[in-house]
Amino acid sequence: MCLAIPGKIVSLDATKQFATVDYGGGTHRQANVTLVEVRLGDYVLVHAGFAIQVIEENEAKETLKLFRQMLAFQGEG
Amino acid sequence: MFSLQDKHLAEEIVSRIQKEDVRLRFMHVCGTHQDTLMKSGLDSVLQSCGVTIGQGPGCPVCVTTPREIEEILVLARKRKTIATFGDMIRVPGETASLQQLKADGCDVRTVYSIDDAVQLAEKNPTKEVVFMAVGFETTAPTTASVLLRDPPLNFSVLSCHRVIPPALHALLEMGEIKIDGFIEPGHVSTIIGLQPYESLSSIYHIPQVVAGFEPLDLLMAVWMLVRQVKKGDATVENEYTRAVKPEGNIKAQQAMNKVFTQADVKWRGFPVLPKSGLLLRKKYETYDARKKYEDELREIKEKEFPDPVGCLCGEVLRGLISSRDCPLFGGQCTPDSPVGPCMVSVEGSCTIEYRYAKKK
Repeated sequence: MCLAIPGKIVSLDATKQFATVDYGGGTHRQANVTLVEVRLGDYVLVHAGFAIQVIEENEAKETLKLFRQMLAFQGEG
Repeated sequence: MFSLQDKHLAEEIVSRIQKEDVRLRFMHVCGTHQDTLMKSGLDSVLQSCGVTIGQGPGCPVCVTTPREIEEILVLARKRKTIATFGDMIRVPGETASLQQLKADGCDVRTVYSIDDAVQLAEKNPTKEVVFMAVGFETTAPTTASVLLRDPPLNFSVLSCHRVIPPALHALLEMGEIKIDGFIEPGHVSTIIGLQPYESLSSIYHIPQVVAGFEPLDLLMAVWMLVRQVKKGDATVENEYTRAVKPEGNIKAQQAMNKVFTQADVKWRGFPVLPKSGLLLRKKYETYDARKKYEDELREIKEKEFPDPVGCLCGEVLRGLISSRDCPLFGGQCTPDSPVGPCMVSVEGSCTIEYRYAKKK
């Protein structure tokens, strides 16, 4: 139940409480964005219909880079 | 774009863990972690490296107590409209589940989000809609957010929300099993950040790593824990930096604090754990199903509700046994005919074990 899916905010309603989130593959769904500060185009993690955190688009790449650095560092240590 | 895949890196991490030549037992508290471990086959890869990983009380539906199940069943029988997440509907109570009551004509709805339950109340002003709110810190802010926005008065919440850190304290305090490190739940941590785990490391000298949900996340988390053990460290590290900020989601924390108060509640398989439950503050008691329907719920107030006969969900949730050690597993208790909640929830370790054992 603590599953959260990343998606991109493609529209925000007038109240700024709800957004349409694009999960890729043609899947769009409304999400409640009252727990985060978001702008159009932001990527968010969505859990039970609510965006719970804003994430960076290239963070996965950065994570891999970080892992490689950590392993190299530890390897030398 | 968000997928974390690198086969060579994964192989490298496995070989590093192997070289450390350890015999360690880690615990995670998240059904999604368990699913990743079993689906990817990482559980057996890690076992061959000397690392065993068990699932603790990380399944909100599973730790919901028989009393809470009876509360919602009473309200369903008293003709309230019950809305809750899918898994909850199938958890057996003393004589029935919500699903069985629905078949008998009670009004029980599965919702994807608490917003769906509020809409149900808005569209049906003559119905009394009760949302059974289950979930840890990932889900509790969603309930808080709704209550902060004045939902209709025919809507109420039966809060069964719980917070994770008190359960981790209890596991170490009880000392029933040896735990060499905790893999902390990524999405709970998205909300609470890293600070709430720190006292665990300082009191019990236990290494902790907050982890994401891809196989590579878990491998990396295990390697980070192994390194801590080897160095004699006991700190809180964050592997899931792409979603977890050290301070967490402050807006969500503020919403939770406004609406909920931390109370001593029982968990299935555990005694009453101090400040482990989230109950509605007095200010929101108009929406508190336990207050609103106090008269209806009085009939079960003094009653005791034991765990189902023969069910070892409690032992599974405390990490004392694995699902297949339960004599009911796969025979008397299956996902089609569950005895305990760990065989109901998609996050329950019994369901996960059953699902992947069938595929093996």
